[in-house]
Amino acid sequence: MKFNRSTRLLASEITPESVFMERRAVLAALGLAGGAVLMPAHASTPSGAPLKATPNPSYTLPEQATRWEDATSYNNFYEFGTDKSDPAAHSAQLRTTPWSVSVTGEAERLGVMTLEDVLKPHALEERTYRLRCVEAWSMVIPWVGFPLKDLVARFKPTSKAKYVSFTTLNDSKQMPGQRDRVLSWPYSEALTMAEATHPLTLMAVGLYGRVLPNQNGAPLRLVVPWKYGFKSIKSIVGIHFTERMPHTTWNDANPSEYGFYANVNPSVDHPRWSQKTERRIGGGLFAPRVPTLPFNGYAGEVANLYSGLDLRRYY
Amino acid sequence: MRRTARTAVKTLVFIAAFTPVALLVARGLSLVPGGLGADPVRTVTDSTGITALRLLLITLCITPLRHLTHSAEWLRYRRPLGLFAFFYATLHVLMYMLIDRRLDMRILWEDMVKRPWITLGMGAFLLLVPLAMTSTRWAMARLKSRWQILHRCIYLITLLVCWHFYWQVKRDVREPLAYAAVFLMLMVLRLWRSYTRRATVRYPP
Repeated sequence: MKFNRSTRLLASEITPESVFMERRAVLAALGLAGGAVLMPAHASTPSGAPLKATPNPSYTLPEQATRWEDATSYNNFYEFGTDKSDPAAHSAQLRTTPWSVSVTGEAERLGVMTLEDVLKPHALEERTYRLRCVEAWSMVIPWVGFPLKDLVARFKPTSKAKYVSFTTLNDSKQMPGQRDRVLSWPYSEALTMAEATHPLTLMAVGLYGRVLPNQNGAPLRLVVPWKYGFKSIKSIVGIHFTERMPHTTWNDANPSEYGFYANVNPSVDHPRWSQKTERRIGGGLFAPRVPTLPFNGYAGEVANLYSGLDLRRYY
Repeated sequence: MRRTARTAVKTLVFIAAFTPVALLVARGLSLVPGGLGADPVRTVTDSTGITALRLLLITLCITPLRHLTHSAEWLRYRRPLGLFAFFYATLHVLMYMLIDRRLDMRILWEDMVKRPWITLGMGAFLLLVPLAMTSTRWAMARLKSRWQILHRCIYLITLLVCWHFYWQVKRDVREPLAYAAVFLMLMVLRLWRSYTRRATVRYPP
């Protein structure tokens, strides 16, 4: 298995957005974009409050970013319903201001923080990551956020802290999907401390230079690009440091199908479907599936976190 | 029923049965806002699969309706409905084999062997093929009593399709269970009728 596939790219190789849009305009003018089946036709127009973020040149990708409208209309966020279109349709009731996050467990600085206090000391940066869902589809998303490790450091976790777990808001008035007990609410996810303090792990507040739409996990979500999407928990209200491996929602729901680690791994199939390939969203009806990469293409950065761990057993 | 009324009803049935595929084509050509959505392959595969299952269940409604209303009129629609179910099932299987799996025999074989829900779905489709082939009057006349035995496979096929649907859902099984409940109800109606009819034969009034 080849683990050293580079994920980096020279800034000069990236198509500037203006050029990209121009191409589409030219194609549209020629009538070539008419068959939306062959090429998604309408241009994406991101909406929402713009965020000031510095692009981080270390985290760009050769792949074209997913269209804004696909990334914000095709979501798994069961708190708003189990259909991919439910989150965009049923998340208007979510109030993200005021928002607070409670910090508990094995750390020195505990308590309830307002979202403003959480964000204040961190400079926002833009990073484009692949997002690979356990359902074998994927997107490429420019996130806006800051490294989780910088936030974790502020809480001064004690030597007892081996894991950090996160919880999503639990309020069926704001999250109508929680009226159905398809999962045990509140949703929770967790990382080892080594994963949480890895430079790739991002605490995100936006995408495409805009504030996170509710359906994408506003106002605060995790992005762990080398793990299946369900690890990247949305609308976080709780952070808990703990010594023992915490329970996590999908792992509890079906331990044989969703592991605690959930690292993207083409050589370990989901019991009911293959993880060898993925469908890149936005390719249209006739685009071929693309091969799934070990650790979603981030093996060079993160494979060392798991040296000695049997990834077949600890999927 | 008058001839013209019959033609009108039949036309309506055809229009209704062609609507789902017409809608998919319209969405594919972006005549509907949003087109086929973020994942067109999934949209078309799911939509044709669901339509096939719905049509199977509607086809299974014909016999109970005929008994409840004491009218053989319903039978006229059974064959076209069954064939429409086969049509959508074919689109569904073609989507999966040609578009999604690109006829990669190695992958198709692996799916068939390793993924029970695909095995079930394929089994159901392969069973449906001879039913569609023998739907003509000619085949009916040739097969005589064996025709009915063969066409009772539809119960097994629908059961397999319900199971195929249930098994591929990630977590929220309410929708496949709803379809399975409809199937169960239709089967109970049949069993109940055969039970009561046998009872009347045994104990004449």
